[in-house]
Amino acid sequence: MTSTVVENKSIKLRLFTSCFIALWLLVAAFPFFWTFWGSFKVELDFFSKENWMNAITGIRTLREHGTAFTIEGYEGAWVQEEFWKAVINTALVCLFVVCTSLTIGTLGAYALSRSGFRYAFWLLIIALVFRAMPPITLVAGYLLPFFEWGLWGKLSTTIVVLVAINQPFTLWMLHSFFQKIPKDLDESAMVDGCTHFQAFRYVILPVMWPGVITTGLFSFLLAYNDFAVTAMLLSKENQTMVPKIAGFLGTTQTEGNVMFAVAAVVSATAPLFVLVMFFQRQIVSGLTAGAVKG
Amino acid sequence: MNRVLKATLIAAGLMSNSMVAYAACGISGGKVNIIGNEFPAIQTIGAAAVACAGDGVEVTTNLTKEHKELQVPGLSGDPAEYTVAIVANSSIVPLMNEGLIRPLDDLIAKHGGNFNDNQKISIGGQTMAIGFMANAQHMVYRKDILEQAGIEPPKTYEEVLAAAAMIKEKGLMKYPFGAAFAAGWGIAQEFNNMFLGMGGDFFKEGSAMPNINNEKGVAALNMMKSLTEHMNPDFLTLNNNEINAEWKAGNVAIMQMWGSRAGPLLAGEDSAPGVADNTVLAYPLTVGGGDIPATTLWWDGFTIAQNISDEDAEASYLAMVNAIDPSIMNDEVATQAVWMIEGYEPTPASAGVFATIAAGAKPYPMIPYESLLHTALGAELPDFFSGNESAEKTLSDVEAAYETAAKEKGFL
Amino acid sequence: MLLFIFLPIVSVVMQSMHIDHEQVFVEVENCDFFGCKKATMVDADATAELKKEQPLGRFVGLSNYINRAHLATSEVADAWRNKDSLGDFYDRVYNLPLYRAIIFTLVYTFTVTPLLIILGFLIAIAVNSLHQRLKGLVIFFSLLPMIVTPLVGSLILFWMIDSRGIIGHSLQMLFDDPDLSLKASTSLTWITLMVYGVWHSAPFAFVIFYAGLQTLPQDTLESAMIDGASRWERIRYVVIPHLTPLVTFVALIQLMDNFRVFEPIVGFNASAHATSLSSIIYTDLGGESQLLSSASTTSVLTILGVIILLSPVLYRTWRDWERKV
Repeated sequence: MTSTVVENKSIKLRLFTSCFIALWLLVAAFPFFWTFWGSFKVELDFFSKENWMNAITGIRTLREHGTAFTIEGYEGAWVQEEFWKAVINTALVCLFVVCTSLTIGTLGAYALSRSGFRYAFWLLIIALVFRAMPPITLVAGYLLPFFEWGLWGKLSTTIVVLVAINQPFTLWMLHSFFQKIPKDLDESAMVDGCTHFQAFRYVILPVMWPGVITTGLFSFLLAYNDFAVTAMLLSKENQTMVPKIAGFLGTTQTEGNVMFAVAAVVSATAPLFVLVMFFQRQIVSGLTAGAVKG
Repeated sequence: MNRVLKATLIAAGLMSNSMVAYAACGISGGKVNIIGNEFPAIQTIGAAAVACAGDGVEVTTNLTKEHKELQVPGLSGDPAEYTVAIVANSSIVPLMNEGLIRPLDDLIAKHGGNFNDNQKISIGGQTMAIGFMANAQHMVYRKDILEQAGIEPPKTYEEVLAAAAMIKEKGLMKYPFGAAFAAGWGIAQEFNNMFLGMGGDFFKEGSAMPNINNEKGVAALNMMKSLTEHMNPDFLTLNNNEINAEWKAGNVAIMQMWGSRAGPLLAGEDSAPGVADNTVLAYPLTVGGGDIPATTLWWDGFTIAQNISDEDAEASYLAMVNAIDPSIMNDEVATQAVWMIEGYEPTPASAGVFATIAAGAKPYPMIPYESLLHTALGAELPDFFSGNESAEKTLSDVEAAYETAAKEKGFL
Repeated sequence: MLLFIFLPIVSVVMQSMHIDHEQVFVEVENCDFFGCKKATMVDADATAELKKEQPLGRFVGLSNYINRAHLATSEVADAWRNKDSLGDFYDRVYNLPLYRAIIFTLVYTFTVTPLLIILGFLIAIAVNSLHQRLKGLVIFFSLLPMIVTPLVGSLILFWMIDSRGIIGHSLQMLFDDPDLSLKASTSLTWITLMVYGVWHSAPFAFVIFYAGLQTLPQDTLESAMIDGASRWERIRYVVIPHLTPLVTFVALIQLMDNFRVFEPIVGFNASAHATSLSSIIYTDLGGESQLLSSASTTSVLTILGVIILLSPVLYRTWRDWERKV
């Protein structure tokens, strides 16, 4: 009797969970699919002022191109506007930002979480205060010295600034993850004859892997999506994707090429798909590694 | 008509300095680095300047939307990162305030250049910039809709109100009027236009004290409010991009638009059927019985940095003079802007801007504190339009906000 | 770190206590295509001379903080003296730029933060119970609100919520009101911004909680199950305590980020109906003449606001720290 009741409940619960997930996915992903679909239309269909159904049927696209789908936006962005250059720059910026912030972040957060000193706490607080500063003010202040020292416009400067902006976040996040790992774990490793570093490398890091990967993902997204810093600190030839896309949108006095921007955004999301798939597997592998040790 | 107008403009300034010609831009050496906005006309200029590179001459450009934020720090260093800034009559002001650009008279005397005298922008008797294109906001209307409604194209904003009411009454359109009333820069600019049309002066004679909280300011706001009754109710969020899209979709019959943005509407590649053929780039409107058009004139030109070596300055000057040479003109380039260089044949797309010049519109003021007032207007005016405040209260808020800013910048 | 953390804060604080030099004007004649006219210009040489004497500008102490653009002490005092009623006082204060921004910012922060934490937690629990194969896909799609560049994301959403766009139009049908427009009214704009805020940030909370769930000690969970704990009890007594440091962290970061809300206001052209602390900084820096001192002052006030806002969370962290010591 009781077992059937439990099962009943879990079926209901499962149904509820599935519905909830389905609803969430709809809300989360719908605008993206809408954009993906629309990126193959002409502007007046996708942003139709007559009827939103045009974005689905593509009346004007049909009239202009003879078919309901056009790759004009993609062609414009990639071939005419050389979007691939921005992609390479973004890849470089993201790679270096993620590696640097994770290295400093894991070592720093580990040290802070294992340190009993009060100054460690205050260090974390100062990092936090710095993060509270609106980035636009920060960038406005950086401009003049960077121009004077000839550092402006370079990818490396931008990477350093992004790392600095991102570091407080990485420190705090990894710190919260480290806190959950019991101290006895590294102590027991050290009893086994490991040095402090070895304990960190072979015992703590594997357990921490999901946290590190998640933090890395956020650092990546920050560098990837940043507009305030990259738009102001990079010269044209070093431009990353987001300012490049912003450039497609036009200004007060000139018409932009909105469909180039839409196509560029859709194509910029594709590598992220691969990345997230990879990241998901890492989380799971981290889980097993931790379980073996635990 | 246009041709005559253009001819007079050119004749006013035709000079002998168009004689000198150089091979490979005549630059012996140096570094040229150009910052400017990124629209197609400026891209053309930038590309033409880059063509001067070679043999010890380095020419680079940074044409970006962020030019306004970058130009002051970018020209501040010694030596400055940028040797050339391409500016408009609003964005030359901060460079002048900081003394970051040099007078061009010596360079003009030494090297000449293939441009007209009226392209020289002179400030206090010194040539500080050389202009190459013009722009203005003016009325655009739909011939067919006005005919169906049985009305003549309006000449004043009062007639626009009547025309819009008629179009609505006949059921032709729901929201027949369009203008970029988006909060911020856009709505402030529309107020500037209307206020100038009413015959207002932004500042008290010879000082930085604001002078907008008076009957002219109130009249300007009330006229704008009446216009909003014929506009899409989301007007406070609609900028030029959206208004233009409404036009293309055939939802608007009369609008106030930049010449540079209205021009492409005539090509009509992506407009609803019948819209492009009936689009007319007309002339500026007047308001309140005044004869000054309710709009402002704008120019774009180049300036040369102060904090650079004379060699770089010469190279920069030569490269830029070469870039605005009449020889750059071809069919494609001609459609990119309303050029002020010789050899440019006015097209239907530039009719509105030339009509605006002919009507005697005022240029957007090149006053050091104008942009502070513009910002204050953009932040405070929406309160009036969302119906929270009286016109007088809003204008006094604008003045208070402006005065706070002007004190900070040392103008008051 | 010192260079990038300490110096900017010091320079912003310094800047907020200075204003520009008095500008020396000259009357000149300006000529362009359109003719000549008399105008005032700044005498750059004379002003540069002043600048050399005091490179930072004129020191004004805290007066930037109390002027109309910021705390507006005298205006607030005036409003209090001349008020007809408390509502009238509120209206007068709401008319001042900083207070208007603070009110929106606070309402936004305190609505969006708890909602997104709850939503993120629910998604994390639900996704964690999914079949292994589905997880990767679901995670990716859940992350989409966060990873699509806000710049273009808001452009597309801005269009979708238009009264003729798919969402705006559907809402009109739903409420049977053909004049319903999300962009034209202040309260609807606020709601739209907040819904966007939750939508955009929930994936952040979700991913962190999800990662936290992966380190959940299985043996504790199993022993709880053996003890006959129900699903709800397991979540209440095992999962939530385990995630507490992460909840603190998410709350900390999201309170801070929401307090600096900026992108949706610009993306949705919503500044007529809603301004935030960051958006008024943006306005200050956006004109041709940048108001650096004013922007710095607002930044310092933002930092102070964040510190006040986070003090309970920080106090908690401090207590944990002391216990550890």
